[in-house]
Amino acid sequence: MNSLQQYLDLYRENARLIDSNSADALNRLRPGALNALQGKSLPTKASEDYERTSIADMMTPDFGLNIGRVDIPVDVTASFRCNVPNMSTLLAFTVNDIFKPTQHLADRLPDGVRFMSLKKAASEMPDIVARHYGSASPIEDPLVALNSLLVQDGVFIYVPDGVTVSRPLQLVNIFNATIPALAAMRRVLIVLGKGARCQFLTCDHTQDAVNSYLSSQVTEIILGEGASLDYCEIEESSAMTSRAASLYVEQSAASRFSSTTVTLTCGNTRNNMTVNLNGEGCITYLGGMAVNSDKRHIDNCTRVNHNAPRCKSDQKFKYVLDDESTGAFEGTILVTGDAPFTEAYQSNRNILASPVAKMHTKPQLLIYNDDVKCSHGATTGQLDNEALFYMRTRGIPEKEARTMLMQAFMSDIIEGVSIEGLRDRLRHLVEMRFHGTDSFCENCGGNIRREQCNNDSL
Amino acid sequence: MSDILLNIKNLHASVDGKEILKGINLTVRPGEVHAIMGPNGSGKSTLSEVLAGNPAFSVSEGEVDFHGKELLALSPEDRSHEGLFLSFQYPVEIPGVSMVNFMRAAVNAKRKYFNEPPMSAGDFLKLMRQKRAIVELDNKLASRSVNEGFSGGEKKRNEIFQMAVLEPRLAILDETDSGLDIDALRVVAGGVNKLKNERNATIVITHYQRLLDYIKPDFVHVLYKGRIVRTGGPELALELEEKGYDWIKEDNR
Repeated sequence: MNSLQQYLDLYRENARLIDSNSADALNRLRPGALNALQGKSLPTKASEDYERTSIADMMTPDFGLNIGRVDIPVDVTASFRCNVPNMSTLLAFTVNDIFKPTQHLADRLPDGVRFMSLKKAASEMPDIVARHYGSASPIEDPLVALNSLLVQDGVFIYVPDGVTVSRPLQLVNIFNATIPALAAMRRVLIVLGKGARCQFLTCDHTQDAVNSYLSSQVTEIILGEGASLDYCEIEESSAMTSRAASLYVEQSAASRFSSTTVTLTCGNTRNNMTVNLNGEGCITYLGGMAVNSDKRHIDNCTRVNHNAPRCKSDQKFKYVLDDESTGAFEGTILVTGDAPFTEAYQSNRNILASPVAKMHTKPQLLIYNDDVKCSHGATTGQLDNEALFYMRTRGIPEKEARTMLMQAFMSDIIEGVSIEGLRDRLRHLVEMRFHGTDSFCENCGGNIRREQCNNDSL
Repeated sequence: MSDILLNIKNLHASVDGKEILKGINLTVRPGEVHAIMGPNGSGKSTLSEVLAGNPAFSVSEGEVDFHGKELLALSPEDRSHEGLFLSFQYPVEIPGVSMVNFMRAAVNAKRKYFNEPPMSAGDFLKLMRQKRAIVELDNKLASRSVNEGFSGGEKKRNEIFQMAVLEPRLAILDETDSGLDIDALRVVAGGVNKLKNERNATIVITHYQRLLDYIKPDFVHVLYKGRIVRTGGPELALELEEKGYDWIKEDNR
């Protein structure tokens, strides 16, 4: 059976309720979304660019959706202490798909800056939300259409022209359910005006490792002329979690987008990242790292479209795959005829730490222009045996030496993170991940990462 | 025999199915300096790699006693803990692993092996400072990745620095003079001499007599086709310098 059907049925049964729980700007896209999905199916491994990840399979289980917006409590203070203890951030949470700002968040934002519920924003500043919501993500993409069909609320970030937000904004996404399988439609809209500057950190967590979770995420980012956004995404979910995330970025002239996508723990993850460089002199950095083990799966698919002259993009993705885990990377750079003097680079380097881990990489360059500087490269290999032996002759046990080398492999991705204060924290998280401990912190009761607690109690 | 540090008996070893060492016998006592010389391809580096435990080599015959331990049964890390140190001919660059983390891991692994608690941060930094002085290693190198971007001389100094920190009972210096100018050679050799005492021993593997002007050997061995074909005092090195290796080759045809 077509796995999409259950979602279409769900929508038809609850269309009025969904609309009434949401806002006009969001409701306006639903007919188009429904139309785009009619007679279609979700991507399978036979679909182009989805050769290693079937979204249809991911979405087949009978997930419940919190259509009625029932409030499911989580212990948010615990997660805050866990997460980024050395950074002072402006913090909000998404519990499943419900936005929860911390106390006084709105008062602590600079004048005119918004970090709030998308639904609320749609009624408070309907023009801006309506203008940008859905403007970066094509409704023809079935993942975007499905999200647009069912989403009821989301997160809205707005920085007006010329404003700099000095403290990073942080969004912590948490799954928590009273049923065994829950799906959430998550949506983020980030709009930066001309010359606006902002840093945004978001992380995905689950409160347990028992329930199945499905996260459908669409993030739209619109950067005005000369705007600058530092962006970092960290996934620390459970083996029972599936994530289909789509990031769409529209860059105006001279804007800068610097992003790092970190997958520390996941179940079955597919991240799509599409960046459109639409004006002269844009700068784009897409960094990514994945640490994978057990039978978990991570798939990153990037597309950087150079549509204007003199832009510069750089992509760096690194994976360490252990046990029976699998990884995939599909990366495309498109340089159109309108984009002379483009500089575009892409590299994907992977380490297989076990004999059965698998990596699939597909770098692509599509160049319709003569005046460009482009390169791409992909390597997949094992840890350097000479380095390993050298370390062992100095007394460093083999296991520790391997861990140190794997961490070292990721060091340039961590160095590439442009949010001050986050690099040290990330280094620590990666170290803990390689040491086999989930990155939950005992001091706060382990509310975020319960995996280990559960194992202990079994 | 408690006054024997290293006793190699009839050691045979091969790599990729090709036998390189064809029956090495060598006895080293505390306080001694042995030089192993020989033409290219005679097996000098293989001997050092086999003693350090490089898994790329397989030992087909023979035994090695290291102060009462069966050396060949130990992992490379345990050989290090038991006091074996190999200064590499080509020290490996390890991008992303800082010298500080590398040395801390090494020092604390050894302490753990002897059931001692990890060293405090203060004591560790003091130790680093003190040992760096022995080979005049620049403090700046300590914050860099292991050997990454080091000059040839800096890499060799770094080897002797690590040796100073780990205080081995037996140090094997594999072509430590290669790639060194005369000043660096003096510093490196000076470092080795400072670390020498009556309880430890050194095996110097070299092509040339030059290094032996700085590190005075008690014994000189000539390795040829996987066997030690001649053993003598320091005068043997001078003889080799003068006459080359051809007469050795003639004698062992």
